[in-house]
Amino acid sequence: MTTGSDIAPGRLPRETLERNFGDAHPPLNKQQALIEASRCYFCYDAPCIEACPTSIDIPSFIKSIATENTRGAATTILQSNIMGGMCARVCPVEELCEEACVRNTAEDKPVTIGLLQRYATDDLFERGEQPFRRAAPTGKRVAVVGAGPAGMACAHALAVNGHDVVVFEAREKGGGLNEYGIAAYKVPDDFAQTELAFILSIGGIELRTGHALGRDVHLPDLRREYDAVFLGLGHTGVRALDLGSDPMDGVENAVDYIARLRQADDLTGLHIGRKVVVIGAGNTAIDIATQAKRLGAEDVTIVYRRGVEHMSATWKEQEWAQTNGVKIKHWAQPRRVVGWPANGAAPAVKEIEFEYTQLDEQGRLMGTGDTFTLMADHVFKAVGQTFISDGLTAELLEHEGDLIAVNDDRQTSLPDVFAGGDCVAGMFLTVSAVEDGKVAAAAIHGMLTA
Amino acid sequence: MADLTNDFVGVRSPNPFWLASAPPTDKQYNVERAFRAGWGGVVWKTLGEDPHVVNVSSRYGAVAYNGTRVAGFNNIELITDRPLEVNLREIKQVKRDWPDRAMIVSLMVPCEEENWKAILKRVEETEADAIELNFGCPHGMSERGMGSAVGQVPDYVEMVARWCKRHSRMPVIVKLTPNITNILGPARAAKRGGADAVSLINTIQSVVSVDLDLMAPTPTVDGKGTHGGYCGPAVKPIALRMVGEIARDPECAGMAISGIGGVSTWREAAEFISMGAGNVQVCTAAMTHGFKIVEDMVSGLNNWMDEKGYRKTADFYRAAVPNYVNWEQLNMNFKTIAHINQDLCIQCGKCYVVCEDTSHQSIAALRDEHGKRRYEIIDEECVGCNLCMHVCPVDDCITMNAVDTGKPYANWTTHPNNPLRVEAAE
Repeated sequence: MTTGSDIAPGRLPRETLERNFGDAHPPLNKQQALIEASRCYFCYDAPCIEACPTSIDIPSFIKSIATENTRGAATTILQSNIMGGMCARVCPVEELCEEACVRNTAEDKPVTIGLLQRYATDDLFERGEQPFRRAAPTGKRVAVVGAGPAGMACAHALAVNGHDVVVFEAREKGGGLNEYGIAAYKVPDDFAQTELAFILSIGGIELRTGHALGRDVHLPDLRREYDAVFLGLGHTGVRALDLGSDPMDGVENAVDYIARLRQADDLTGLHIGRKVVVIGAGNTAIDIATQAKRLGAEDVTIVYRRGVEHMSATWKEQEWAQTNGVKIKHWAQPRRVVGWPANGAAPAVKEIEFEYTQLDEQGRLMGTGDTFTLMADHVFKAVGQTFISDGLTAELLEHEGDLIAVNDDRQTSLPDVFAGGDCVAGMFLTVSAVEDGKVAAAAIHGMLTA
Repeated sequence: MADLTNDFVGVRSPNPFWLASAPPTDKQYNVERAFRAGWGGVVWKTLGEDPHVVNVSSRYGAVAYNGTRVAGFNNIELITDRPLEVNLREIKQVKRDWPDRAMIVSLMVPCEEENWKAILKRVEETEADAIELNFGCPHGMSERGMGSAVGQVPDYVEMVARWCKRHSRMPVIVKLTPNITNILGPARAAKRGGADAVSLINTIQSVVSVDLDLMAPTPTVDGKGTHGGYCGPAVKPIALRMVGEIARDPECAGMAISGIGGVSTWREAAEFISMGAGNVQVCTAAMTHGFKIVEDMVSGLNNWMDEKGYRKTADFYRAAVPNYVNWEQLNMNFKTIAHINQDLCIQCGKCYVVCEDTSHQSIAALRDEHGKRRYEIIDEECVGCNLCMHVCPVDDCITMNAVDTGKPYANWTTHPNNPLRVEAAE
């Protein structure tokens, strides 16, 4: 009989782990890409373009793949979305371009736009080419805070236009969630850093890591020293979830664990529980649950307080988790975590009690009073991330709820300060962050050259 | 169950699908496999005089279109590259073993009566059912004064056909080259020479592609390429036109036609037969898929005939010929306009953009109250060109519907805009 928490490293042999965290969705080979490209109807005013937050000219790049003009295809993609390589891997295409594909109507099988985009961009990365050229230097300087998708997209577009950009990043590496947040099997082979290096290769961008806003750099100083500032601060906090206990070993935020996993050189050294419970319903919940399973956890259960129709993880992500052996349980909310008896030390999690939920007549969520208990060695909280405004920034900038308020140009209440990505209202996707950075860069360029 | 048995100039076969003179009919081994698979007959790969020719290595080129392999096919092969004696022995053996199948022997020898007379005698000894005169081969042999070099000169066609009739009891089929301005020239010459039938089309002179690395035409032989003969699905429309031209020509009346060129399924066979072919010959489809495809050709033709109530191929033979007219005979008062079935429309917008960019601006691109695309025909602008129907990726989504103009049949010959019009008799 178990008498204590079972959290251990190396549940699976190294080779199995390497396989589990290799490419989850292998790229198309040339033959597959040509067949798939031939399925594109080359629609007029195509619905897929409208569905893409960065408005990539999808029919045109697919036509280029079909004619074996792969370099042209990649250039078309990157002109609209400099992180087209990452987006090909992480975009929820089933709710964006591929959902809009007209092939769905007649045959329920869209052109696999994401995989084709990856085929084209991979080809360019393998060639190691930078298809863009920097314009003559303008002498203007722009500070970008945050080296995630929004910040780097903004920096690249500004650099292309001849401006000099300094990017301040709080973490040790650039890339933002691409580097620290996305599930490992979506971006194997250090792709986030490969793409970052590609973006930097345009020239004119200086990346200063280990520089946090509010600690090492301050907005008033940046405004003084630079011609414009772009804030791509991302989600700086996680939503709190009261589990009715003091901190307990084995209970942690999913994003922290995923960041550790992404940075781990050796997955056999990573501790994971035998029985894992994930609380949440978004893609982070899917990512932590699936990765836990792939690390060798025996039972992984996602518990969500509402129904399947309310989950923010896409249907494809849910299917992916279920295919990996993750169980998804709906209509239950956590009440309390119970630890193993501890002699003075911090207790370790033993089980977690849930209460069944339902909607009342007004459509509000309520507990039914009935409960059940799941044994758990490891509990992950994945109930969402938020933007927590640095005190100084908060005073200077108008907010919209918790987020920084911006206009259509991603301009904040300070005319020389722009913002984008997860710190402003939007879809909270890599692709929408890239669009924010791109739009802001165009507005900044307009302002600096007016 | 329809009756597919075929009688072509007295040559009987269990179905109208013959394998054309080509690599698939090069030797006993292949032909026996073909007969086992169900082919109705073969035209044995062209025999010539010894010493036999020699073929080069690297022989076929192909056009792949939008993922479809071998949409067009091209070869630079010559006639048989085996000794005459070997071919004749095998022909005799196969005919003896497969008496119910049609065995036609294709021939090509220098343009002298004695040469033809000599080979005809030897072919007769094989008990073959008929001969086909290869006047079509567009490469390699024509430079030696044979093949299409003969086929392009009607007088030669007539002369050789006459020799063959004179020196043989076998029915004579003249295979025509399409590499000529007017197919009726050699077709009528064949008729004058007494030929029982023509078969067409042989391959079309072609350069299938240029290898952009080698900077040489393909198929490439040690860095060089030559023109070859084009065939396969891509050439069917050209073949069908030429077959129809001969079928409706009064001077060619009574002469049978064996249809060749891009027959890939039962449907093309039905088209060729309705356009005046007594049977069809196939090569590229077999070379693309193997002999087994004849099964669907047979069953498909059978099922289509059952659906249409045709008991035998004679029931629809030449059925389309009376409707194959010259342009000036078309009714200028006929009007058809496009209709989009909105329930089937997938909103790809292809009909709109091709009409807007390249045709008559007769389709409106609209958005409904939910922002959903909607494409509608502007009836007053539509000239009935069919372009939208052809580009629409959904079957039956765009249809062309005849509109009653209330006007009688009237063609170009009497149209007021025609400077050469003939006045209608009062």
